[in-house]
Amino acid sequence: MSIEKSRREFIAAGLLTTMAAVACNSKKSPFAPEEDVQPSGEKVKLLSVDGEIIEVDKAYLKPVPHMPSVSNEEIRKGIPGKKFAMVIDLSRCKNLKKCQSACNHMHHVHSEQNWIKVYQMQDAEMTAPYFQPTTCMHCDEPPCVKVCPVDATFKRQDGIVLIDSDRCIGCRFCMAACPYSTRVFNWEEPELAADVAAQTYSAETSVPQKRGTVGKCDFCPDMTRMGMLPHCVSACPNGVFFFGDINEDSVTNGSETFRFSDLVKDKSGYRLMEDLGTKPSVYYLPPVNRNFKFEEGLKNDEPAAKKA
Amino acid sequence: MENPQKFSPEKITSDLLPQPFGRRGKLWTAALLLVALIGAFAYIQQLRKGLVVTNMGDYVSWGIYISNFVFFVAISLVGSLITAIFRLADVPWRTPLTRISEIIAVSAITFAALIIIVDMGRPERMLYLFLHGRLQSPIMWDVIVISTYFCTSLLLLYITLLPDIKIMIAAREKLGTPFAKFYRWLGSFWKGTEAQEKMRDKSITLICIVIIPVAFCIHTVTSWLFATTYRPGWDSTNFGAYFVSGAFLVGAGGVVVAMYVFRRVYKLEHYITERHFDKMGKILVMLALLYLYFNVNEYLVPAFKMKKDEEAHLQALFTGDFAPLFWFAIIVGMIIPIFILVFPKGRKPNAMFAAGVMVVVGAWFKRYLIVTPTLLHPFLPKFDAPARYSHYFPSWQEWAITSGSLAGVLLIITFFARVFPIISIYKTITDHDSELPS
Repeated sequence: MSIEKSRREFIAAGLLTTMAAVACNSKKSPFAPEEDVQPSGEKVKLLSVDGEIIEVDKAYLKPVPHMPSVSNEEIRKGIPGKKFAMVIDLSRCKNLKKCQSACNHMHHVHSEQNWIKVYQMQDAEMTAPYFQPTTCMHCDEPPCVKVCPVDATFKRQDGIVLIDSDRCIGCRFCMAACPYSTRVFNWEEPELAADVAAQTYSAETSVPQKRGTVGKCDFCPDMTRMGMLPHCVSACPNGVFFFGDINEDSVTNGSETFRFSDLVKDKSGYRLMEDLGTKPSVYYLPPVNRNFKFEEGLKNDEPAAKKA
Repeated sequence: MENPQKFSPEKITSDLLPQPFGRRGKLWTAALLLVALIGAFAYIQQLRKGLVVTNMGDYVSWGIYISNFVFFVAISLVGSLITAIFRLADVPWRTPLTRISEIIAVSAITFAALIIIVDMGRPERMLYLFLHGRLQSPIMWDVIVISTYFCTSLLLLYITLLPDIKIMIAAREKLGTPFAKFYRWLGSFWKGTEAQEKMRDKSITLICIVIIPVAFCIHTVTSWLFATTYRPGWDSTNFGAYFVSGAFLVGAGGVVVAMYVFRRVYKLEHYITERHFDKMGKILVMLALLYLYFNVNEYLVPAFKMKKDEEAHLQALFTGDFAPLFWFAIIVGMIIPIFILVFPKGRKPNAMFAAGVMVVVGAWFKRYLIVTPTLLHPFLPKFDAPARYSHYFPSWQEWAITSGSLAGVLLIITFFARVFPIISIYKTITDHDSELPS
């Protein structure tokens, strides 16, 4: 919920900025009544750029478009100068799956599918089991991108691998190619609320999902563009996910920030299936000195265990 | 055993000219049409509701549509084997088999292309393959080589038909006016002059040379759709040769079945003789042994090492869920036919027909085994996904569409045989002329 709230706050801020911009550019006060608008008598309190609270008649407020839309061309290029990476600290994961539910909620993923999967892993008989949240690895040598026949899934200069659902032909070769089983397919028409379905599709929001196309974790570039963290990162109460920019060499889970290179060195970070040569952008910190017992985490999994 | 050489050209012509369907023919066609229509109905449902009508899921994201596609591509390779390789190798007994194999090639590759569209989540975006095509993708290679193979096969079929069209135009009172009109539209320019003959002969040789690498490409590239991924069971350098050898086997098996049926239905015993069965039987044995050899490579080498990721996959095949199907494909699809066909008695038409059916049916299930078990054994455990995704059994729509496509292939062959001679009349007559009386 807090995520939605923050988005709403952002929109309100955007609204104000736009108004302020209009105020600077035109001699006419933006709050001066227009000829064809009749005041409704209902006043709305707004915060002016000077920090004063002002009152405006509701009839004079004009809705601003939801988001400054980024063109498909820009989306395919990515955010200049960035190289996004994620660090997942397995010692902190308690299998709460808040990451999963936040991700599913924000991307309107099909109720039975998940973009983030929290695996119960055990590498060998004698070794300890642990929970492994898995996002898209956003590989630097992405096998999915290699095989896509129509450039529907692509690698951006900021390291993110995205899917353009307006381009995808639904051949599912990328799903066969991905060794991390991260991709899901919209087998049926997604059940979406009217307002979600009416949103303009963007490969950065991945919303609304489209029938007959592939979906997956997108590293939330829409959030990143706003300088915010991906939904899974901010949803995790245990700070398992660190997100950041390798060029800046810093990652954060929202409350703690680390130098990326130090973190993966000091804690012996590794990547999944290094031997395949896919060069993932997601690093894992081994499940040592754990904050929780594995069994404790298992309790969180009961409803999900039924599913699997 | 009577040889066609003893017949006069008139007798050969009247024996081989296309005949109207008999009662059995009509029934057969009606049954095929019905199956095809049910398939079309299922596809309309799929178009309406999406691929959710299939039982595919995020793990088994390719199901029987894809294995059926691989089957069609495989069986279509036979056109190049019988026509091109036999022609270049100057195999004298190929005449009654070439057209059968060519029409199998054309109809199978047509439905291979159609079934791949059926598998697409967004078939209406097919044009994107040309608007936004990425040449780096193996799917693009497949699109290119399959369309090339389709055109080349069609051309080969057409050019070899031309002299027969002339014969059929001459026999118009026997075949009826609507047919004659169609034949005239197809090939009235063909007069059979020396210059035309020379050109035709040259073209066929040229196409035969071109079609062999294209044929190898279609199935090698199809194998690369799998081999270019990391998955256990697909990640193999053996795959191209393994697929091509399997394709020749199923294609030859298909020709054996078709020649048996045409021989019975059209009473062609004097044209498709026991000698032809004997020769095809030997070829089939060789191809089955070759394919078995590649299977040994494909399964036993990884089984010797039993890498962790391969283990689950191989165990599912050898002793697990897929074991009955796996051993069926190996034993019925390869080993029993080999045992039947190594003996001269097994190379008689009836036994050959049985062996041919075994090969074709075994090959169909083999394609299923290549596609599905691998997808059920991903690197990471199957988790946080609906339970039904961990299994796969095709839905009725998938069966209906697949059966419909198989019926479609048979329909094309059936209609072709109704309109054109299934054995080249012209070639049979010229073979007779050029050969010394025995």
